[in-house]
Amino acid sequence: MASSSFVVTRLTLTDFRNYAALRLDPGPGLVALTGANGAGKTNLIEAVSLLAAGRGLRGALFEDLARQGATRGWAIAAEVASPEGETRLGTQWMPEGDGSSQTRQVVVDGMPQKSPGILSHHMKVIWLTPAMDRLFAGPASDRRRFLDRLVTANDAEHGARVLVFEKLMRERNLLLEDMRPDGVWLSGLEAQMAEAAAAIAAARLHAVQALQNHIKFLLKGSAFPASILSLQGDLEDRLKAMPAVQAEDEYRRLLLESRGLDKAAGRTLSGPHRSDLLVTHEPKSMAAALCSTGEQKALLIGLILAQASSVKEESGAAPVLLLDEVAAHLDRKRRAGLFETLKSLGAQSFMTGTDEALFNGLGKDADFLHVEAGIVTRQ
Amino acid sequence: MRRTTGPEIERLIQVLAKLPGLGPRSARRAALHLIKNREKLLVPLTTAMEDARDKVTICSDCGNVDTSDPCTLCRDPRRDRSIICVVEEVGDLWALERAGAWNGLYHVLGGTLSAVEGIRPEDLSIARLVERAGHEGVKEVVLAVNATVEGQTTAHYIIDRLKDLNVATSKLAHGVPVGGELDYLDEGTLTQAMRARRPF
Repeated sequence: MASSSFVVTRLTLTDFRNYAALRLDPGPGLVALTGANGAGKTNLIEAVSLLAAGRGLRGALFEDLARQGATRGWAIAAEVASPEGETRLGTQWMPEGDGSSQTRQVVVDGMPQKSPGILSHHMKVIWLTPAMDRLFAGPASDRRRFLDRLVTANDAEHGARVLVFEKLMRERNLLLEDMRPDGVWLSGLEAQMAEAAAAIAAARLHAVQALQNHIKFLLKGSAFPASILSLQGDLEDRLKAMPAVQAEDEYRRLLLESRGLDKAAGRTLSGPHRSDLLVTHEPKSMAAALCSTGEQKALLIGLILAQASSVKEESGAAPVLLLDEVAAHLDRKRRAGLFETLKSLGAQSFMTGTDEALFNGLGKDADFLHVEAGIVTRQ
Repeated sequence: MRRTTGPEIERLIQVLAKLPGLGPRSARRAALHLIKNREKLLVPLTTAMEDARDKVTICSDCGNVDTSDPCTLCRDPRRDRSIICVVEEVGDLWALERAGAWNGLYHVLGGTLSAVEGIRPEDLSIARLVERAGHEGVKEVVLAVNATVEGQTTAHYIIDRLKDLNVATSKLAHGVPVGGELDYLDEGTLTQAMRARRPF
């Protein structure tokens, strides 16, 4: 059956984290997962996060995802409804060689696939975890990763571009360590770096612009504060002021001129790997990093909701949302506001919490699931 | 560990397992198959390998492997000696020959530049290529390297080294494969194909 959002209609886990065997048919709307610490709530949404490319919402090593005592790896199978119809997705990891392989198999409708990247055609998923609470106050690298994941949600090629840039940069850094680095070789690397960098920056700018529009519309009059986003970086700043070709040329020249400095520093000092996403609390006109913990959380939720809305517009279907421990930090008004916005987005939203009372305002349409030691029961 | 065969068979299996495409399991099967078919396979294979060991050499002109130096391709009078096609490995040369797409000479680099793997310009056959490209009568050098980061870096490098010579340089086109459907192409390839479009 076709659906207007991406919906996990069935989830089957085998030897995944603390689930030996689980079959779950979650509801299409709001899904509340309650249970004590360590019961396996986050493990369940982590499994859903692995229906997208990458290493899931904890960024875990694949070998760590296998249930203790399991010898044949782990497997996740799911049925996903979307506007395109029903798709069966499966992914599994098996210990090979020394058992630390970081490749997993992906199967779509029974057909083995070459790369997990294909999953982005069949499933869109966005998550918010407590580990992201320090996004605004923490290191720029976290914000950059957040930003790049945001871009990748609507532009599947972005991840590959970032990898290409990083590979070229590693080569250049290594070459610069030479006593007398080969200038011709460096020029070849730098030309390609500039090309990749300009594409990365352009994709980021485009995504931030789109997100800003959704923040404006979605959060107006909502329980969550709007934020003003600004991208700062060598390439991004140039792209705002000049055509892409010129920005690319200037960055290439910058790389050429800073070979000495970069050599002394042992790394490349400028480029898209140094960009930062600056976030300002709009109503208070205050840098997000300076806001209170609660306000930062509210800003972050606002960003995630706007991202979901942006993905919904681009792909024609609302993504699945995984909100880990999100309700606990919100006051009652904001909690109600969150549930309302999720309903209006029409997104299947998995929310975890230790206390059932947190989800009192969900209403009778929601799916209430209780998790205890790897067993899930419907309330 | 308990031994199940003599050391000679064990050694055969170990060597076979080092061949590309063979693992320990398939190596055991191959070894057993060879032993079982002693006259039909093992003896001819031994002779063929000994011949290869004694006669195969690398062409000092182009880097191709053959039993003569210069190689059969370099000596072929019907080939156009004014154009040179640069490839990474002998396997790429064979692929182009299978396609029958090229009637000029070749030049095998022997790999690609990679700082992380410690492969430097002097480890590749680049100086020899510059020398060959400078010979009288050479008009064009075609870069048929892979569309990978390493391949493209090597291409940039070679083009720079050739820029003072009086030869044209070109590279293979990237784009829609023959028999390909646009719907199934990745965005990167489509963008390249659109950029490299040409009059119909």
